Amino acid sequence: MSTMDVELPANRMRIRPGQILTWTLLLLGGLVMITPLLYMFATSLKTSGQIYDLKLIPAAPTLDNYISVLSDGRFMRWFVNSTLIASIVTVSNVFFDSMVGYTLAKFEFRGRYFIFLAILSTLMIPTEMLVIPWYLMSSQLHWIDTYWGIMFPGMMTAFGTFLMKQFFETVPDDFLEAARVDGMNEFTIWWKIAMPLVTPAISALAIFTFLGNWTAFFWPLIVTTSRELYTLPVGLSSFSVEQSIQWEKIMTGAALATIPTLIVFLVLQRFIVRGVMLAGLKG
Amino acid sequence: MSMASDSVKRVGQEPTTIWNRFSIRTKRVIWAWTFLALPILFYGGIRFYPTFQAFWLSLTDWDLLRPAKFVGLANYQSMLSDPVFWRVFQNTFAYLIIGTPLSLLISFVIAYYLDRVRFMHGFIRALYFLPFLTTAAAMGWVWRWFYQPVPIGVLNGFLSVLGMPQQTFLRSPDTALVSILMPAIWAGLGFQVIIFIAGLRAIPSTFYEAARIDGLGDWAIFRKITLPLLKPTTIFLVVFSSIGFLRIFDQVYNMTTNDPGGPLNSTKPLVLMIYQTAFSSYKMGYAAAQTVVLFTILLVVSLMQLWVMRKR
Repeated sequence: MSTMDVELPANRMRIRPGQILTWTLLLLGGLVMITPLLYMFATSLKTSGQIYDLKLIPAAPTLDNYISVLSDGRFMRWFVNSTLIASIVTVSNVFFDSMVGYTLAKFEFRGRYFIFLAILSTLMIPTEMLVIPWYLMSSQLHWIDTYWGIMFPGMMTAFGTFLMKQFFETVPDDFLEAARVDGMNEFTIWWKIAMPLVTPAISALAIFTFLGNWTAFFWPLIVTTSRELYTLPVGLSSFSVEQSIQWEKIMTGAALATIPTLIVFLVLQRFIVRGVMLAGLKG
Repeated sequence: MSMASDSVKRVGQEPTTIWNRFSIRTKRVIWAWTFLALPILFYGGIRFYPTFQAFWLSLTDWDLLRPAKFVGLANYQSMLSDPVFWRVFQNTFAYLIIGTPLSLLISFVIAYYLDRVRFMHGFIRALYFLPFLTTAAAMGWVWRWFYQPVPIGVLNGFLSVLGMPQQTFLRSPDTALVSILMPAIWAGLGFQVIIFIAGLRAIPSTFYEAARIDGLGDWAIFRKITLPLLKPTTIFLVVFSSIGFLRIFDQVYNMTTNDPGGPLNSTKPLVLMIYQTAFSSYKMGYAAAQTVVLFTILLVVSLMQLWVMRKR
């Protein structure tokens, strides 16, 4: 360790031309990566006459497109639908995945390993295989074209359960035992003692679930038929007449669907990157 | 203290309560099953039962109108003799065979060099990661716009400025699949870069120090230490991205909305065929048989991962 500490600053001082070249190429590559996003935002700020000029910075930026897209009630409705659905599913996942993960990590009972394997094995089943039975179930129970119909398949996930179980295993038993001696019931011990000890995992799970549901497309496309119930992605894809298309309006819609995730990312960047690493290494 | 004495008193007063007669161990088992009750119903009713139902439906001629009738393997037979199915099968593997190696190669090169960069590391990493957060429905429109002919399309606009020939992109069966694959790779690249960086960081620095002391060069260190120790990460990403490309749907649907999977089925992947068979033609039994094929392919990929990991 001590040799490392001495070496590192020395290395940093000596900048070779190769490093500058690497850095420049990486930066250029990164800028190419966000070019589609930049064009999307640039076009959303242009008037219809300017959209073919290939300029990244609009000559006379205007928010007219945003005003006109947002004042069209449909778009607002889809936005609200997506926010509501993603939020409820996230809360449900944080609650149930943690509860199951905690039970599998901290309770001893016959059948524990079987339940764990059964939940884990559902990771092998692709959603595409389940949508036809889900659709049948939804039409029999009149869940087609309802919020519940969009949400029910994702209320719990095996991935989240597995993630939370891994984390609850690191919580020392002594903490829980002390609470038990104090006469707390098991639910309170989980909710008040164990949950606050795994907040990094909870935030990772919450961010993933929210983003996953915000961008979800396949099942919402199947289960919604009326425009009022569309989520934002399904609504966006329903603008399908390309010939007479108003590209600046479409880009505004696309930008509005992207802005919330960008804000979430900018605010929670550290958690997201750490969460992705965490999920990747445990998964 | 008072709480403890209270509960002792209560136990003393009500010795007949069933709950209080249980041992502490039994009480905990009851709590465990209480916690698991709703989730067991969920996984049973919304994961396991539908899985078996999908297998069953694949053996029927169910079409939403009449009740399902058992037809044996008829759906599988008509699938094998359906030229569209084979075209779709070919497309799905084209996404996989081009997409997985290409995206892993690019993301590895980026991760390998980005890991050594200190100056503005977080900012550059964020640039690569941002596309991962977008939704295919929004980005599908952006890419379609890019791919338009002049004067609308950005890419053809640049090509004409540079004096290069115009490209057909999504309009020709020869170029459409690759034109859809590129945005799919673009969107997933940031995730792979971050996982690779995590894998590179997990290699203990003592390994590198020892290699330096032994006089190994950069290339030898890369081949003898970095690559072998990165194998678990690489296997995870190969499987993860393979499954992603085998299940590709959002990008294809959103970039070919007027004629999903077109032109001439040249971009149609298996999941899009499943979607159309089930929800445009309402041949639910036939679609269920196609999902069983998808399930089998994905299962083989996952089992291969387990097998490769075990051999290590």
